[in-house]
Amino acid sequence: MNTMIKPKHQRLVLIILALVALIGAGLLAAYALSKQAAYFYLPSELVAKPPEAGRAVRLGGMVEKGSIKTQTDGVTINFIVKDDKARVPVRFSGITPDLFVEGSGVVAEGRMEGTTFVADNLLAKHDEKYVPREMKNMTSAEAKAVIAETK
Amino acid sequence: MIAELGLAVLWMAAALAVLQLVAGALSLRPATAHLAGVVRPVAILQGVLVACAFAALIWLFLSTDLSVKLVAENSHSAKPFIFKLAGTWGNHEGSMLMWVTIMSLAGGFVALIEKRLPENTLIATLAGQAFVSLGFYAFLLLASNPFERLPEPAPEGAGLNPLLQDIGLAFHPPTLYVGYVGLSIAFSFAVGALVTRDVGPAFARAMRPWVLGAWIFLTLGITAGSYWAYYTLGWGGWWFWDPVENASLMPWLAATALLHSCSVLAARNALRTWTVMLGVVAFSMSMVGTFLVRSGILTSVHAFAVDPTRGSFILALLAIYIGGALLLFGLRASTVTEGARFAVLSRESSLVFNNVMLCGILGIVLVGTLYPLLTEAMGVKVSVGPPYFNPVSAVFAIPMMLVMAVGPVLRWREDKGGRITWQVAVPALVSAVALLAVELLFAPNLLPALGLALAPGLAVASVQPLVGRNLRRTPLPIYGMVIGHLGIAVALFGMASEGAFSTERLAAMNPGDTQQVGPFKVTLQDIGPVAGPNWTALEATVSASYAGGTATILHPQARTFANPPGNRTESALLTRWNGQLYAVLGEEGDDGRWQMRFWWKPFVPMIWYGGALVALGGLLALLGRVARDVKRLVAIDKIAYRRERQGR
Repeated sequence: MNTMIKPKHQRLVLIILALVALIGAGLLAAYALSKQAAYFYLPSELVAKPPEAGRAVRLGGMVEKGSIKTQTDGVTINFIVKDDKARVPVRFSGITPDLFVEGSGVVAEGRMEGTTFVADNLLAKHDEKYVPREMKNMTSAEAKAVIAETK
Repeated sequence: MIAELGLAVLWMAAALAVLQLVAGALSLRPATAHLAGVVRPVAILQGVLVACAFAALIWLFLSTDLSVKLVAENSHSAKPFIFKLAGTWGNHEGSMLMWVTIMSLAGGFVALIEKRLPENTLIATLAGQAFVSLGFYAFLLLASNPFERLPEPAPEGAGLNPLLQDIGLAFHPPTLYVGYVGLSIAFSFAVGALVTRDVGPAFARAMRPWVLGAWIFLTLGITAGSYWAYYTLGWGGWWFWDPVENASLMPWLAATALLHSCSVLAARNALRTWTVMLGVVAFSMSMVGTFLVRSGILTSVHAFAVDPTRGSFILALLAIYIGGALLLFGLRASTVTEGARFAVLSRESSLVFNNVMLCGILGIVLVGTLYPLLTEAMGVKVSVGPPYFNPVSAVFAIPMMLVMAVGPVLRWREDKGGRITWQVAVPALVSAVALLAVELLFAPNLLPALGLALAPGLAVASVQPLVGRNLRRTPLPIYGMVIGHLGIAVALFGMASEGAFSTERLAAMNPGDTQQVGPFKVTLQDIGPVAGPNWTALEATVSASYAGGTATILHPQARTFANPPGNRTESALLTRWNGQLYAVLGEEGDDGRWQMRFWWKPFVPMIWYGGALVALGGLLALLGRVARDVKRLVAIDKIAYRRERQGR
C-alpha cells in the first residue's frame, strides 16, 4: 500500500502531469513550427531574400507566357514564375494540374536548389469556385500586369 | 408547399427546444420541480419534428424542385439518383439541417430510454442538449435557411462539384456528423452532471455508449475519408495533414481519451473531474472542426459557406458553448469530490499516461492547424505540413504505444512489476528482432523503421489479455479492446510500410511501352474515349503483371464533367494481399506520348483494414455494454412487476 498516493496529492500529481505534458507539447510545437513552417513567397520576395537552401517554402505567381518547356523524358517541365518585379525558374516532375496553363496563377510547393525552385507539387486554380486561398489576393493584383502585358 | 411546410416544422421544433431548455432549467428549483415531467416528451417530439423537416428537404432534392434556391444552386435534373439524395447534405444549409436532425433525434432517444441516471441529472442533461441545439436552430433559421424560395424558378440547377460526385460522399458527412453529435450528447451529460454535482460511475455508464458510438463513427469517417482522398485526389497519399482532415482527427483524439477515462470512472470511480473535462474538450474539438470546415476560413471542397457572417455565427456559437462549459467547469470542478485512489503502477496510471499523451498529440495538431490562420491574420502566409506533424506527433505517439502494449495486462488499483515480466518481455523481444531485421535488410528512415518495429510487438501485446482466459466466457468488451488495439498495430504497420517501401514511377509512354514499377511490369496498351451518365473521359488500358505472372487490366481515367464543368482524375487500383498498384493517367505531351504515374505501395491497404478493425473493436465493446444494460433493465422491470403484484 505504500506506493499508493495520498488522495490530496493524487489530484495535484495528475494536474501537474497534465500541465507539464501540455506545456511540453506547446513548447515543442512552437520550436518545430519555427523550424518547419513553409512560408509563402512572391517571386520578388524570393529573389530579394532567398530562404536557406533545402527549406520547404511555397512560391506563388503567374506562369510566364511561352516559358513552359517539356524535357525529353516527357514528365519534367521547366517554366518561369513571375510577378511584376522578378522571375524565378521552376522545375517540376509530375502530372500538372488541369488548370495549370501559361499566363495563369500557380502556387508551387518545394525548395530552392541554386537559383532554381524545385517544386514537389503544383496547386493551380481548380475552377471558378475553388481557388487556392493564397491566390485570391494575387490574381487581382497580378491580373492588371497580365492584361497590360498582353496588349 | 413542401418547402413552406418544412420551414414551419423547423420553427416549431426550435420553439420546442426553447421549451425544453426553460422547463428543464426551472425544474431544477424545488418551487417549479413539477415542470420536469414536460422535458422528456418535448425532447422526443422535437426530434420527430426536425426529422420531418429534413425529410421535406430530401423530398425537394429528389424531385429537383428548382423554385427552391438551395436545390437550384446545388442540384441538377440530370444527376444520378444517389447524388440527388447525397446532394441534400452536400451543401452548407443541408448539412447544417442534417446536423441538427441527428442531434435532436439523439436527444429524443436519450429522453426515451435513459433510466439509470438520477432524474434531475437527466433533466439537466436534456436542457443542456436543448441549449446546444438552439444555437444550431438559430443558425439555420436566421443565417442559412435551407427552404428559401427563388423569386423565379431556375430553368436548370447548377449541379454538384465533380469532386463531390462520388459514392463516398453519400456516407462520409453523415458518418462524421453522427460522431460529432455523439460527442455533443457526451458534453450534455457532462454539463448535466456538473449542474447537479453528481459525477460518478452511473454518469460514466450512461455516457459511455454515446462516447463509444461517436468514437466508432469518427473512426469510420476518418478511415473512409482517408481512403477517399487516396483514390480520388490522384496523389497517392493517404493523409495530408490538411486542416479539414485535422478537423476530424482532433475530436477523435479527444474522444479516444474520453473513452478510456470513462472506463476508469465506470469501473473504479476514479478520474472524475478529468472525465468531465475531457467531455468538454471533446465537444469543443468537434465545434472547432465544424468551424474550420464550414466557416469558409479554409478553402476546400468542404467550405460551402463563403458568407463571412456565417463564419462569425459559428465562431460566436463556439465561444458561447466552450466558454459557458469552461465557466461551469471552473465553478463546479472544486465541488466534485476526489475519486478512488490508485498506485503508480496500475491500470489507471497507464490510462492516465495515455490520456495525457493523446492530449499532447491533440495540442500538437491543434497548434499546427491554427498557426497558419493566426499568422495570416498578421499578414504572413505560412503552410504547415508533414515535416512538422509527423515527427512532433511521434514524440507523443511512440511512448503512448509503448504504454498501450503494457496497460491492458496491468491490474486495477495496484500491481507488482514482477508479475508481468513475461508479458512485457515477449512483445519487447518481438519489436527488437523486428527493428534489427528492418535495419539490416532495408534501412529505411527513422519513423518508418520505428513503426515497422513497434507494430509487430504491439500486435502481440494486444492479444495478451486473452492469454489464460476462458475464451467463451470472456466478456465482449474485452474482445473489443483486444481487436481495437490490434487494429492500431495493423494500421501502424500499413503506414510504416507505405512510408518505407513505396516506389514511384513517372513516365511519358507511347501505347506499347513498358515500365517496371517495383515488382510489376506495366504496359500501356491503348487510350480511348468513354462516356458515363454525366461525364466523358479518356481511358487508358494498362496491363500489369506481378513478378512475371499473368497480366491484370487496369483502366485509369481522366474525367470531364459538364454540369458544372470540371475535371477529375480517376485512378485505377490493383489490390493484392501484399499491397496495391496505383495508376494515374496524365496529359498527352506535344510529342504524342502520355504521362503516366504509378506507385507500388506494399501493405498500404492495412491502414484502412486497421481502421476498420479499430471500429469493429468499438462496436463489440458497445454491443457488450448495451447487452448488459438491456439485461439489467429487463431484470429491474421484472422485479418491479413482481413487487407490484405482491403489493396488490
